[in-house]
Amino acid sequence: MNKIAKLFVTFISAITLALVSFTSSFAKVEGEYIVLGSAISLTGKYSSNGVHTQNGYNMAVDRINKMGGVEVQGKKYKFEIIYYDDESNPKRAAQLAERLIKQDGVHYMLGPYSSGLTKAIAPVTEKYKIPMVEANGASRSLFTKGYKYLFAVLSPANQYLEVAIDLAVEKNGGKGVRIAQAFEQDAFSQDVRLGILDAAKRTGSEIIIDDKLPKELNDMAATLAKVKATKPDVLVVSGHTKGALTAIRQISEMKVDVPMLAMTHCDAAKLSKQHGKKSEYALCASQWHKNLSYKDKFFGGGKKYAKDFQKEFGYDPPYQSAESSAALLVFKDAFERANSFDRDAVRDALVDTEMQTFYGNIKFGPGGQNIAKPMILFQVRCKGDDCENRVVAPTKWASDKFYHPIPKWSERS
Amino acid sequence: MDFLIFKAPMLMVQASLDGILLGILFALIAYGMALQWGVMNIINIAQGDLVILGGYIAYTMYLAGIHPAWGVIVSPIIMFFVGWALYKLVINKVVDRDLFISILATFGIAIVFQQLMNFIFGADVVVAQSEYGTTMLFDNSVTLPNSKIFSAFISVLYAVALVIYMKKSRLGRAIRATAQNARAAKILGVDTEKVYAATFGINAALCGIAGALISITLTLHPYVGLPYTVRSFMIVIVAGLGNLPAVAVSGMGLGLFEEFADYILGTEFRIGAVFMLLVFILVYRRFKLSKKREYLK
Repeated sequence: MNKIAKLFVTFISAITLALVSFTSSFAKVEGEYIVLGSAISLTGKYSSNGVHTQNGYNMAVDRINKMGGVEVQGKKYKFEIIYYDDESNPKRAAQLAERLIKQDGVHYMLGPYSSGLTKAIAPVTEKYKIPMVEANGASRSLFTKGYKYLFAVLSPANQYLEVAIDLAVEKNGGKGVRIAQAFEQDAFSQDVRLGILDAAKRTGSEIIIDDKLPKELNDMAATLAKVKATKPDVLVVSGHTKGALTAIRQISEMKVDVPMLAMTHCDAAKLSKQHGKKSEYALCASQWHKNLSYKDKFFGGGKKYAKDFQKEFGYDPPYQSAESSAALLVFKDAFERANSFDRDAVRDALVDTEMQTFYGNIKFGPGGQNIAKPMILFQVRCKGDDCENRVVAPTKWASDKFYHPIPKWSERS
Repeated sequence: MDFLIFKAPMLMVQASLDGILLGILFALIAYGMALQWGVMNIINIAQGDLVILGGYIAYTMYLAGIHPAWGVIVSPIIMFFVGWALYKLVINKVVDRDLFISILATFGIAIVFQQLMNFIFGADVVVAQSEYGTTMLFDNSVTLPNSKIFSAFISVLYAVALVIYMKKSRLGRAIRATAQNARAAKILGVDTEKVYAATFGINAALCGIAGALISITLTLHPYVGLPYTVRSFMIVIVAGLGNLPAVAVSGMGLGLFEEFADYILGTEFRIGAVFMLLVFILVYRRFKLSKKREYLK
């Protein structure tokens, strides 16, 4: 028995040693591979969006590798990504970032899913001076901390619904509007709220209801009753997918008539599918839509990307996947312009990024956020029971006219 | 300060009805908790997760094209056996231990359930559609979703049925006897092991009913169970064990209190206000008890 135990211990330690030497042999650039690292939520509450993110990364890696890879100092390299599952847990994400950098020797990182997890990882990458291109952390506070190695391809959260207020003011003949708003108490939604406050100030609008929804709340009846009593011009709701689904359910059940309803996370919540006609006319903020006419040589345009993605993964790409793919295009561009694997050279090249991808134009502001791409708004429109999202703003990309005001419930079939 | 709710009397009616309807649903979950706490002396942290699992059963039916309201019949049947199995696997090993062990064990069950539901049903927030429409009162100024009225009605129906069952049936009497004194009941020939399993099953079944109702009135997500546990815990604390009318009143009272706190203090304080009330009630009870103790001295 004792002998067997000893043998077992030796065996385990041998395997551990082998594993350690194997993993640490992954340096920043291994043979013809440039190794990137990412902690990503494959289990836990962010797992569905985590998988969208991973699919976006993988799609771009395949495409770039197939189309010749990355050329640095005359030699062609391919991308490879080491993934770890962060279990949707910020503490775990920070640990894994350390592990990627210290044990696996990764020198370039891709972001995780969600603002919260990006916030957990950013101090680590900053400490080790590792450039990180992230595609799924939009919280404004990420870009006000003075991080030098953080780059986000997406628009910051405070821009999400500003366009909607501008649109409402425009419909009101340029005069300020009365806004009712309900936001969940989390970093992202509160940033969206700050954007609305700015827009209200700028346009001379008045905020008449300003509810902060607790995280565990799944009932907004009180907020909606207030909306019914005060009759605002715009109702703005942001509380991730739960907020979007709860809002539509209760607005339709309580027959709340409001001329304009603006939200976030409609596509992540599959609003038009889960609520069908009840969600019609809802206005939603989105980072990307396949109908936009941006182009690049790797994916062609948005429609082509959506088609290829559908073929590969069997579902229509949400914007979380598109922006993740764009992150890899940014890295490739930076490596080639730096023409070096020196981390600081790559970081400096990232600072100077100015390019167009199928996902949108990308140019980083001083805080690392993308300042070249506007947010878009789509509106849910239905034909019979078949509902889809159509882009209505900004006008340059709009495929449909913005329907305003929303018909009253008594007039809707 | 001027409060919107005092300017519009109809809002007061709306708030009261919303609070009461939701409170009744919470009271049903709390009743299950009180029953199982009273009989087995176990605080079930997984209560909310059992509710959500029940909801997913109704949601699965909805996906299969069956009206989710049938979930209030199917879900408790399935959940009864889930509860029974849980008892046989885990709970029977902790039932005689102290409260801390059972809290740990059920906390573990809660985590396992969350991960399993996440694995099976995905991490997306989902809703089932009842298409029950809306009842409008007072010239449309008060609107009540019929799904909420339906859920309150079903909750009351099941609660009444359970009370009658507990009074009249053999198993009901055995459960009550075990709650009063497990050892005495055992000596008198009650199979307490079976009684415990049945109690846990009945609790899970009640959770199943509540879950099915939640799938058509609110939203489902693998990780939203805990707020339901906390809410039912609070209702039971306020009402005391083994007292159904008190549970119903305290459920509705908390629902009402929460709605009014929303209007008067603001939405961000509604949950906080409920917790403050809980602290107040606990302090008040202690105060009353200590007085009684003095009197006994």
